[in-house]
Amino acid sequence: MGAGHGHKLHFHGHSAVHRAPAHLKLATLLVFMLTVVATPREWFPAFGVHLGLVLAVIAVSRVPFGYIGRRMVIEVPFVVFALLMPFVATGPRVDVLGLSLSEDGLLAGWGLLAKGTLGVMASLTLAATTEPRDLLVGLERLRMPSQLVQIIGFMIRYLDVVTDEMRRMKVARESRGFSGNGPRAWAVYARAAGALFIRSYERGERVHLAMLSRGYDGTVRHGSDR
Amino acid sequence: MHVPDGFLDAPTSIATGVAAAGALGLALRKARGELDDRTAPMAGLVATFVFAAQMVNFPVGLGTSGHLLGGALAAVLVGPWTGLLAVSVVLIVQALLLADGGITALGTNITLLAIAGVVVGWFVFRGLQRVLPKRLGLVPVLAAVSALVSVPAAALVFVGLYAVGGTAPVPLDGLLAAMLGWHTLIGIGEAVITGLVVGSVVAIRPDLVYGARPVLRRRELEIRQGHRTGTEAAA
Repeated sequence: MGAGHGHKLHFHGHSAVHRAPAHLKLATLLVFMLTVVATPREWFPAFGVHLGLVLAVIAVSRVPFGYIGRRMVIEVPFVVFALLMPFVATGPRVDVLGLSLSEDGLLAGWGLLAKGTLGVMASLTLAATTEPRDLLVGLERLRMPSQLVQIIGFMIRYLDVVTDEMRRMKVARESRGFSGNGPRAWAVYARAAGALFIRSYERGERVHLAMLSRGYDGTVRHGSDR
Repeated sequence: MHVPDGFLDAPTSIATGVAAAGALGLALRKARGELDDRTAPMAGLVATFVFAAQMVNFPVGLGTSGHLLGGALAAVLVGPWTGLLAVSVVLIVQALLLADGGITALGTNITLLAIAGVVVGWFVFRGLQRVLPKRLGLVPVLAAVSALVSVPAAALVFVGLYAVGGTAPVPLDGLLAAMLGWHTLIGIGEAVITGLVVGSVVAIRPDLVYGARPVLRRRELEIRQGHRTGTEAAA
């Protein structure tokens, strides 16, 4: 469980963006996104500036654009929603390619799409350039309660352990000939989830005992605190 | 699906952020009552479980599948405060590491899924438990009902937030009908899954289920006196 535990979105590198302190990156992301959200959607050039800023940071970080681009699929369900906007919104209608669309809805859809996309790009850049451990130190520097930071730390640390446990259950299920389609398989999946809960809970108890026996007193010292 | 950046205006996002921070502060203090000094590792592992459980795909048919939201499930399994903490931490990690849900919408997402989802689920569960017979077999049923209520309740809170700080001119009555209708359907799936999962844990380790503790039959330790050994009895 020692060092070198990157998460799936982390892109290893040594650029200025990678090396910047995490609390600075977090605060910058938050201020930047609040600015983006507060920008009126009619100010089209302003969004060009926002996009330019994000692209510049990505370029400096030397994370390939394709790497960020491929991960932006997380946005897809939301894009569908933004595209529906012109059809469901009220207000004066305008004809585009034979479709009667709401003018306000078109503008609103553009606003949602622009702000949401900028948000996903900026967050992905933070995730790609920041180790989880540094992120935790950054959150603590930003005065997040240390107990909450610890909980986040435990979740990140055991994420792979628990999801691997789940994957092993799936392999075991399928090697016994299970192939679940349709709601009739739900009971099987639910039992697996129940078993996963018991295993996670018991693992938590063992972790706590192991921590106590190493002198845990409610505070965690980060390796990078120095 | 989480609320992304720019869906609600900046003042609403900040206001829900403040509400979420307040609720988290309260939950941190109260969770110690549920978990004492084990809070950090236990809540962390429960958060990991909620995250993993959301990854299990339940096939609905026609090639589609749904997944658990887990608010009511977490509340019944580990208690409302720890549940609120765990679901919030999942949302924080998803926003920071996976770009799922906007960072300015983090407060909104915590308000909807953690506060509305977990707290409503818990109140429904506890309220029903008070008035119904105290039977262990009822715990999964009550968990299912609380899940059924908590999902549309979260949708209702979303429509409320949207009425205050929505950024697109969508007719509210239409939005309300669509959100409630759709989320009642999701709530039915959530209810069945929550009931099945709680039922499977109650069958194996009822002592771990926070919501089952008041109805677990307590067995007093019995020390029997006057038991004679074989030789004494013969004599």
